[in-house]
Amino acid sequence: MKKQKKILSLLSIKNLSVEVGYKKIINELNLEIKPGEIHAIMGPNGSGKSTLAMTLAGHPFYKISQGEIFWLGEDLQLMKPETRLLNGIFLAFQYPREIPGVSFISFLRVCYNNVNKLRAEQLGKEFVPISLYAFKSLLLAKMKSIDFPAHFMNRAINEGFSGGEKKKSEIIQMALFEPKLTILDEIDSGVDIDALRLIGGVIQGFKKSDRSLLIITHYPRILNYIQPDYVHVMMNGKIVLTGDYKLAKILEKKGYAYVAGGKAQANVNGKAGLKLLTNFS
Amino acid sequence: MGALDYIKNLDRTVFDSHNDYGYIAKAEKGLSKSLVRRISKEKKEPIWMLEHRLKALGIFYQKELPTWGVDLGGINFEEIIYYVSPKGMKGYATKWEEVPKEIKQTFERLGIPEAERKFLAGTGAQYDSLNAYHKLKEQWEGKGVIFEDMDMALKKYPELVKKYFMKCVPSSDHKFAALHGAVWSGGTFLYIPKGVNVTQPLQAYFRMNAKSMGQFEHTLIIVEEGAKGHYIEGCSAPKYGSTSLHAGCVEIFVGSNAHFRYSSVENWSQDTYNLNTKRAIVDTLATMEWVGGNLGSGHTMLYPCSILKGRGARADHLGVAFANRGQIQDTGAKVIHVAPDTSSTVLAKGISKGGGVSVYRGLLQINKGAVRAKANIRCDALILDQESRNDTFPKMKIYESDVAIAHEARVGKISEEQLFYLRSRGLSENEALGMIVNGFIEPIVKALPLEYAVEMNRLIEMEMEGVIG
Repeated sequence: MKKQKKILSLLSIKNLSVEVGYKKIINELNLEIKPGEIHAIMGPNGSGKSTLAMTLAGHPFYKISQGEIFWLGEDLQLMKPETRLLNGIFLAFQYPREIPGVSFISFLRVCYNNVNKLRAEQLGKEFVPISLYAFKSLLLAKMKSIDFPAHFMNRAINEGFSGGEKKKSEIIQMALFEPKLTILDEIDSGVDIDALRLIGGVIQGFKKSDRSLLIITHYPRILNYIQPDYVHVMMNGKIVLTGDYKLAKILEKKGYAYVAGGKAQANVNGKAGLKLLTNFS
Repeated sequence: MGALDYIKNLDRTVFDSHNDYGYIAKAEKGLSKSLVRRISKEKKEPIWMLEHRLKALGIFYQKELPTWGVDLGGINFEEIIYYVSPKGMKGYATKWEEVPKEIKQTFERLGIPEAERKFLAGTGAQYDSLNAYHKLKEQWEGKGVIFEDMDMALKKYPELVKKYFMKCVPSSDHKFAALHGAVWSGGTFLYIPKGVNVTQPLQAYFRMNAKSMGQFEHTLIIVEEGAKGHYIEGCSAPKYGSTSLHAGCVEIFVGSNAHFRYSSVENWSQDTYNLNTKRAIVDTLATMEWVGGNLGSGHTMLYPCSILKGRGARADHLGVAFANRGQIQDTGAKVIHVAPDTSSTVLAKGISKGGGVSVYRGLLQINKGAVRAKANIRCDALILDQESRNDTFPKMKIYESDVAIAHEARVGKISEEQLFYLRSRGLSENEALGMIVNGFIEPIVKALPLEYAVEMNRLIEMEMEGVIG
């Protein structure tokens, strides 16, 4: 008998509840992401989307009160935030932080070396830190691809960057670290159309068969550039509906309230949600 | 290995370890008239200097310890060795090969000869009470620049020294200025003639090696009209577990239209009381810049002072102090505006960690008649944990109304959000903290030459080690 190779789940969230300051924000959420898949989570303000992103990145303020998260079969809760990045989870922040006095290039070079050091260790290879010169040309290429002025590399991290520039800076970092899973938390907010097109272009180019994306957004704009395999609707800390990319179009036309109303008969997750689409269109 | 890599790989033992190099006479503890006479005699000083020393000693006995600032009760004046001459050091060498081997090694470990080869116009290296090495590059000698060991300067240029010596910081100023006046030894004399621009920095390094040592080097700098220069001091001492005392004195005279920068990275061991007095008198349209980093030392009281004497004179004070466990860094700046159209800026950054206390103590004085004076003071503090502390004591004495003053003080804790952002990029918590701290002091570090900026960042990294867990 021919044995089929099972595709391992990249990220597996089971029955997850998350509290912030004793307030339950995520309520028994389930989600599964396999290598190469693109998932979009959409939902109104306050539905818990960003809390999910922060929880996955390991922010200490977000307490898991129930459930489990597995990353490549290992317990994600045991990993420090830095370990998560080094093992392939990258979060592009909704509000990237400013760090005065630390240049973008010197910061990224340390991070880049950390990432490559671990990868070398995992492959049993000798690690050689990248020279400043080599890193500079690498970074320049990434910056150029998103039309980010070269002089920004010597500016302090995100300090005085416009909203769009901060988001571009996140995308440059994504391209540098080459994570297995990229979580884009509202990458389209505060970004003008031209910048969004560039960001979309870089994400498209970055997307390879085994790289996964989790796109968190209010608006389906960004989904015009990257077509998701799955669209999930999140409300009150739960995924209430799952469909394919067409669900985003429906949401755009009819709004979350309508979808939430129709939710009553819907099976909450997985294929049942996909079937449900016909009822809406 | 290049100098920069060397500096990057420095670790604390380079500063903290001592060598067992011998001393001529059995080092004498405690202070007395006969000790002062002996120092003066050994140095074959002119009679006026001996008189100056004895008078200063009298003032020292009369003056009380300061009742403000750091508790200095831990200093036992009887237990301190005020003067030691290392074996075989009659005078300083002008070639490193002639410096006694162990002493040379000490300075090599600190990277001094390397720095000299690479970018310095002149270098001095003091070991305990005396200079082991002093050398000015020929091109600057040819332009009339004098860069000398202070003891030697007194022999070679007695009139020039007499005219300026302790005229900026008189012995009567405070107890430690008096002590300095009585037992000073070694230090630097720098004279830059009119209109000469010394484009490379000059450096002196002060190393205390003997146990329970007191180091009292005197630095006298005269910058004539329209001249320009940059002088850097580095300091360190090994760790013994017994008190040592550093009471140096820096006097700078900045002539009209001249421009001078004084930078120092003080990194004494935690046994040290660092009670340094630094002051500049700044003439018409001249600029004085102070750049200082204070790490190490158990107790520091240091407030570089600028007296803006001439119309349009300007002073910039940049300082960073790092107080770790068991340390009190009581530092700041004093600016006295005497003349019209003078301006000053102070930017002070204090970091406290592991229960350390950093204090900003400043004085801004604007005298009557100093119309249109402008002053801008900003002090920022960063507190790394719950047990550490920062205090700010900005004092202002303003006797003129037509002035513009801005003062801003900020005390902050490490932001959890910044920390998380950096960690989410693959930095360990310590790396992230170190980066935030280095970013905090960046406005000051960037004023230092590259080698010192790298050293400063490395020193901060060493202080940051073991923050977590």
